[in-house]
Amino acid sequence: MKIQTKQFNIINVFRRIDGLTVLLYLTLVLMGWFNIYAAVLNENSSGIFDVSYKYGKQMIWIIASIIIAVSLIIIDSKFYSILAYPSYIFMLLILLAVIFMPSAKGQSSWFVIGDFKIQPAEFAKITTALVLSRYISGYNIKITEWKHLKRIAAIIGIPIILIALQPDMGTTLVFASFLLVLYRHGMPGWVLVAFAISILIFSFSFIFSPLYVSIVALSVLFIFLLFSISYHRISYKIVVPTLLSFSLPWVVVYYYNIDFSEFLLFLISFVALVIPLIVYSYRKKIATLFIIFIIGLGSISFSYSVDYMFHNMLQDHQKTRINVLFGLESDTQGVEYNVIQSKIAIGSGGFDGKGYLQGTQTKHNFVPEQSTDFIFCTVGEEWGFVGTSVVIFLFLFLLIRLVILAERQRSIFSRVYGYSVASIFFFHFMVNIGMTVGLMPVIGIPLPFFSYGGSSLWAFTILLFIFVKLDADRDILIY
Amino acid sequence: MDLSYRKYIIIIIFSLVSILFIARFFYIQVIDTSYQLDATNNSQRFIVEHPARGLIYDRYGNFIVANEAAYDLMAVSGQISHLDTAALVDLLEIDKKTFVTRLSKASGNRYKPEAIVNQISAQTYINLQENLHRFPGFYVQVRSVRKYPYKSAGILLGYIREVDKKDIENDPYYKQRDYIGKRGIEEMYEKHLRGFKGGSYQVVDVHGRVKGKLKEGKFDKPSILGKSITTTLDIELQNYGEQLMKNKIGSIVAIQPSTGEILALISSPSFDPNMLVGRGLSSNYNKLKSDTLFPLFNRAIQGDRYPPGSTFKILNALIALQEQTISPQYRVRCNMGYNAGRFHVDCHDHLSPINLTQSIQMSCNSYYCTIFRGLLDNPKYENVTEAYKVWRKHATSFGLGSRLGIDLYGEQPGFIPRPSYYDHYYGEHRWKSLTIVSLAIGQGEIGMTPLQLANLSAAIANRGYFFTPHLIKSLQDTVIDKKYRTRHNTTITAEQFEPVIEGMYNVVHGGPGATARYIAIPGIEMCGKTGTAQNPHGENHSIFTAFAPKENPEIAIAVYVENAGYGSTWAAPIASLLIEKYLTDTIHPSRIWIENKMLQSNLLEKDEDTN
Ligand SMILES: [Zn+2]
Repeated sequence: MKIQTKQFNIINVFRRIDGLTVLLYLTLVLMGWFNIYAAVLNENSSGIFDVSYKYGKQMIWIIASIIIAVSLIIIDSKFYSILAYPSYIFMLLILLAVIFMPSAKGQSSWFVIGDFKIQPAEFAKITTALVLSRYISGYNIKITEWKHLKRIAAIIGIPIILIALQPDMGTTLVFASFLLVLYRHGMPGWVLVAFAISILIFSFSFIFSPLYVSIVALSVLFIFLLFSISYHRISYKIVVPTLLSFSLPWVVVYYYNIDFSEFLLFLISFVALVIPLIVYSYRKKIATLFIIFIIGLGSISFSYSVDYMFHNMLQDHQKTRINVLFGLESDTQGVEYNVIQSKIAIGSGGFDGKGYLQGTQTKHNFVPEQSTDFIFCTVGEEWGFVGTSVVIFLFLFLLIRLVILAERQRSIFSRVYGYSVASIFFFHFMVNIGMTVGLMPVIGIPLPFFSYGGSSLWAFTILLFIFVKLDADRDILIY
Repeated sequence: MDLSYRKYIIIIIFSLVSILFIARFFYIQVIDTSYQLDATNNSQRFIVEHPARGLIYDRYGNFIVANEAAYDLMAVSGQISHLDTAALVDLLEIDKKTFVTRLSKASGNRYKPEAIVNQISAQTYINLQENLHRFPGFYVQVRSVRKYPYKSAGILLGYIREVDKKDIENDPYYKQRDYIGKRGIEEMYEKHLRGFKGGSYQVVDVHGRVKGKLKEGKFDKPSILGKSITTTLDIELQNYGEQLMKNKIGSIVAIQPSTGEILALISSPSFDPNMLVGRGLSSNYNKLKSDTLFPLFNRAIQGDRYPPGSTFKILNALIALQEQTISPQYRVRCNMGYNAGRFHVDCHDHLSPINLTQSIQMSCNSYYCTIFRGLLDNPKYENVTEAYKVWRKHATSFGLGSRLGIDLYGEQPGFIPRPSYYDHYYGEHRWKSLTIVSLAIGQGEIGMTPLQLANLSAAIANRGYFFTPHLIKSLQDTVIDKKYRTRHNTTITAEQFEPVIEGMYNVVHGGPGATARYIAIPGIEMCGKTGTAQNPHGENHSIFTAFAPKENPEIAIAVYVENAGYGSTWAAPIASLLIEKYLTDTIHPSRIWIENKMLQSNLLEKDEDTN
C-alpha cells in the first residue's frame, strides 16, 4: 500500500510541474549543444556524439543534467528548506578549501578530484539563494530593519568575499543579482536606483573627468531643485543668493587664477550653500531640498574618490586593465580584440545567418573563448538576426515565466527562491550577451545552457529544477 | 505594504534589457552591412604595428641609444601550401633541420601568425622579399632593435628583450613577442619609451591574399611613437671614466651640483651594452650574471656597505660648527694618534696643534675623535643619546641613511644607525661617546653608497643644499618629475661651509701635509678630500670626493676604488682626470703621465697575487 502511494505521488508530481518552464529549458539546452558543436567543429573532427570533443562531453553533461533534474523533482520539497543551512555552510567550507588549490592563470577556482573538476562558485549561488529564502521567509523578518539587514548582508557577503579571494570577479559580481530579489521583498526602491546611479557615475568617472560628471550630476539636481522650488513655492529671495553663494568660490579662484583642487571648491560651495538652505528647509519642513543636497554632495564625492583611487592607489598594469575595459586605452590584441572579433562574427551573420555549421569567423578561431564566454557569437554568425532575437526572446519568456511562477507561491520561501533563480539567470543573460556586442565590460561569466562546461550547466539545472519542484508543491507551506 | 506591484517593475527591467539587445543586434546584423564579409570564406587578419621605441640622448644631444631595423619571418601555418622548404631555407641561409623543427612548433594554431626566424639580416631580407610570393603563408615583419654607438653606460641604459610570461601577466598591454625594457633607463622609463602599439585589420581571402582593409579601417589604431629621452649624462665623460676604471673594481659618480644632474655614473667592471642586443642576448646576459666580479651589480647605487672613511670628516666638521661645539679656530694637539684610556687611533706625523681647516688638509684622526666626542658629551644636550640624535638629524639632512631617489631601480639606502641600534647592542644609555667614536673618522657601523658621497660633495659645493640626483634631463613634451626640480636644504647654514671648503681646497692646493697635492690641475681650483676605508675582507678601499671650481662649482664627484689602498694613490688622480676632462675637455700635458698610469694599471691581477 505504502509503495503504491509513493509511486502515485511521484506520478502526480510530474503532472504538477510547470511544463512550459521545462520545455523552455530543454529547448535552450539543445540549442546550446548544437551551437557548441558548430563552434568547436573543424575539418578533422567526427560526429556530434564523439566524446573526445567538447560537444561529445557536453552531451554527457546534458544527460547527467536531465538525471539530476528528475532526481530533484522526486526529492521531497521540504528537504530544500531543511538542507538550506547545512549545504550553505558546506559550500562555504569548499569555497575556503578551493582558495588553497593550485591555481591556473592566477585563479584558483576549480576543485579537482582526479580527472573531474568542478567550479564550486557556480554552486554557491544556489546555496546562497536557499539560505536567503529560508531567512526572509522566517517569522516577522523585515528587510528594512537594521538587525535583519545585517544578517542578510552576511548571508550574501560571506560567499562574495570567498569567491573574490579566488579571485573570480565574474561570479562575484553575479551576487549583485540578489538586489532584485531584495527589492521585491521590501528593500526600498531608492537602493536599486542608487546602485544603478553609482555604477553610472563610477563608469563615467573613468571615461570623463570627475569635473564633468559632477557638473552633469549637479545639472540634473538643479532641474529637480527648480521643480521643488515651484512646488513648495520657495521664495526667489532665498534661491538666488543661495545659487550665487554656490558660484562665488569658483569665480574667486578663476579670477585670481589660484591653484586649487576642484573637489575642495565643490565642498566649499556646498557648505556655503547648505547653511541658508538647511535653515530654510528645516523651518519650512521641506525634506526634498535636504535630499537634493545630500545626493549632490554624495555623487561629487564619489566621482572624485573614484578618480583619486584610480590615480593614487592602483598600479600601472591595473590602470591599463581598467582603461581597456572602458575603451580609453587601446588593447587591440587583448580584451578589445575579443570584442571586435565577436562583433565582426555577429555582424557578419546578417539577417538570416550563414547557415548552421557555415560560420567562418567562429570556426577559424578568430573569436577566443568561443565555446564558453563568447558562445553567443556562433548563434549570431550562423543564425543571423533571426537566431539572436529568437534566443533573446526565449530567455525573456523564461525570465517572465519564472516571475509569474514565483508570484503564485503560497510560501515566501518558494517565492524568494523563485526570484533568486530569475535574477541570477537575468544577470548572466545581461552581462554575457551584452559583452559580445560591446554593451557590457568583458567579464567572463557563462550564458546559461549555452556555454560549454559541466559545472555551469549543472549549476543552472539544479538552480532551476529546485524551483520547478517547489512550484509543483506550491500548495504545501514551506518555511 | 503591498509590494506585488514590484513584479511589474522587475518584468519591465527584464524586457527593457532584452529590447535594448534586440535593437543592438538589429543594428549590427541588419543595418550596418559593413560587417558582412564575402561569404566565400573570407576572413580578416590583424597586423600589429609596433611603434619605434624612443631614442636616448646624452646631455649634449649625442645619440647614446639608437634603433636599427630587424626583420622577422612570420608564418601562418593554416595558409602554407606547396612549400618548397629547400628553396626557402636557401634564401634564409639557415639549417634545414632548425627550420623544420621551428615550423612544426609554430603549427599549433593554424590561423595565428608565428615567428619562424628572428632578426634576419638586411641583405637576406631583400633577397627574401623578392621571392616571398613563392611561399604562401609566410611574410616578414619589421621591428627595430637597439644599437649603442658608444660602448659604455651598459648598466645605466639597461636593455630590451622579448616579454616573458610574468611580464604579460603583470601588464596586459604586452603580448607575446613584444619587447620590454629591463634594468636601467630602459626599464625606468619603459612606459614613455615604448610608445603605444597600434594595428590594422586586413581582409584576407582563403589564399592569404590581402583584399583590403576591414571596414575602411574603422577598427584600425595608429601606433604612437615612443618618446625620446635626453639624459643628464655626458657620454664622453662616462666613457672616459669607464676607461680609467678598466681592470679596477669600484665606482664613480659625477653630479652637476647646481641641478643634481648626473654627469657620469660608473660601476666597474662595466660592460658594453651592445652585448645585450639580438641573438647573443641571453648567452651574454648569463655570462654577465655569472661573472664573479658582478658587472650587473650597480656598485654606485647598490653598494651601500662602503664605509666613507676620512671623507666623512668634512661632515663631522660641519655638524660641530653648526652646533657651535667648536669654532673654526678650535685647535687640537695630535701626537701620532688619539688616546682615551685603553683606546687608541693611529694618526700620521704632522704639524701640531692644528685648527679646523688644517685638520681637513692633514686628515687628522685625533682632531675628529676629539670634536666628535666633544659634541656627544657636550652638556647642552641631556645625554649622549640626545646629542647623537642631533648629530644624526644633520647627517640625514644630506640624504644619508635613506634612498636619495635616483631614477634607477635598486638604489640602496645606506646606513646611519638610529640610537635604538646602539641601545639594542649595548643597552639603553649604556653606550658612550667613546663607544661610537669610529663614526668620527667614517668607520664603524655607517655605510654610504658612492651616489650618496657624491651628493654630499654636491651639497657642500652648493654651501648647504642639493637636488635629488637624476638621469633624466628632458622627456620630449613631458615635464620631468617635480622631485628632481625641488631643492633640498640641509640643516647646515651657508657660512659654516667656508672653513671646511678652505680645508678641502688645501687638500689639493695646500702646503706640507696636504694629502693630495700632486693631483692639482693647472688653472682649476679644486676642493677635495681623500679617504682610505678599512675593509675587513682585504686591502683598504681608496676613496676621493671633490668638487670644482671652488667658486660656482660645476662638478662634484666621488670615486671608490676597491681594495686599492690609499685614497690619494688611485681615487684622487682618477677624480682629478675626470674633473679636468669635464671642465677643460682635455688633459694638461703635465698630467699625461697620471692619465697613462691610471689607464694602464691593472689592480685585478695584483689582487690575484696577494690571494
Ligand atoms: Zn693627527
